[in-house]
Amino acid sequence: MRPAPPAKQGAARTEQIILFRVGGQLFAISSASVQEVRSANSLGGSTAELSQPGLRKVRHVVRRGGDTVYVINGAMHFGLPATPATLVFVLRHTRTALLIDGIEKMTTMTRLQALPKAFCHEERQWYRGLTTLDQSVVPVVEPEGFLTPEEMALLDAPLLPDKAPEAGTNEEAERAQ
Amino acid sequence: MSLPVESEAQSFVLLRLGERRFALAARQIVELVAPSRIFRFPHHTPEIEGVILRRGRIVPVCDVGERLLRQSLKSRRLYLIALRRYGAQAEWVALPVTGECELITTEMSPASAEDLPHVAGWLSHAGDVIEVLNLNALTPGPSEMAARASTLAAQEARP
Repeated sequence: MRPAPPAKQGAARTEQIILFRVGGQLFAISSASVQEVRSANSLGGSTAELSQPGLRKVRHVVRRGGDTVYVINGAMHFGLPATPATLVFVLRHTRTALLIDGIEKMTTMTRLQALPKAFCHEERQWYRGLTTLDQSVVPVVEPEGFLTPEEMALLDAPLLPDKAPEAGTNEEAERAQ
Repeated sequence: MSLPVESEAQSFVLLRLGERRFALAARQIVELVAPSRIFRFPHHTPEIEGVILRRGRIVPVCDVGERLLRQSLKSRRLYLIALRRYGAQAEWVALPVTGECELITTEMSPASAEDLPHVAGWLSHAGDVIEVLNLNALTPGPSEMAARASTLAAQEARP
């Protein structure tokens, strides 16, 4: 038995992507997923610190208009060495923003290969797939993969008006990790 | 009454990992290639080192040394690219090997219930008894992980 051949690239659909670094590692994200790129020092709106022991990758929350946006430390999310973050991607259609080291360049990908099934842990939520650029392989991040619905609920709980955080939520978050 | 075990000669590729030799059914082998650059990115699947590019495909590199020899392979001479089945689908996986490979044709004795899950059977060749590897048990996959997670959940739920 032979696996299906890789997709033909003749009339390939293209997608514009941003190559960026987190913890020194190169990633790609669809440029359509990025609503804004801001300096890490000027997130806009009112920024508050968060202390959620089960979710150390989220240290800040930004209130922008009526929205609450959680700022994810990309290096902690991916388990990479901490590096100074200079920029933030505010991600479209999500309530998350991503701290990154910097942008490498904008380019176009012509093919997105599904993550091989041998990868079978959280990375399946992290990545839309893999692409090849200049004979290198770059993971393409899934914008909705930075916080699970459970993590989002945990973060939202203390911010809900007239509702104190329930006991044990931190333990639940740690179990969910 | 149990049915007699059918045995007939099949082709196998013998591969060397450190001091030991193992076998894989030849029909599972795609090709044997020289080591090429491994691309690494963050993930949580410990058996996977990274990926290589081969004929336009992105192929995961699975270090089976830890599982079979209880140590990671420090050197590698070749990558054996094999077909790993995931239900109806099949994907390529690259297995690093430390020495030359050899194609042989022989009969396989099937594994017994006492054998580890990664053992598909046994070969006798040139005075050695050689494990035939069950690639599905040796390399990770989402369904195996889901099954393992549900087993663990069931064990935890047990009073």
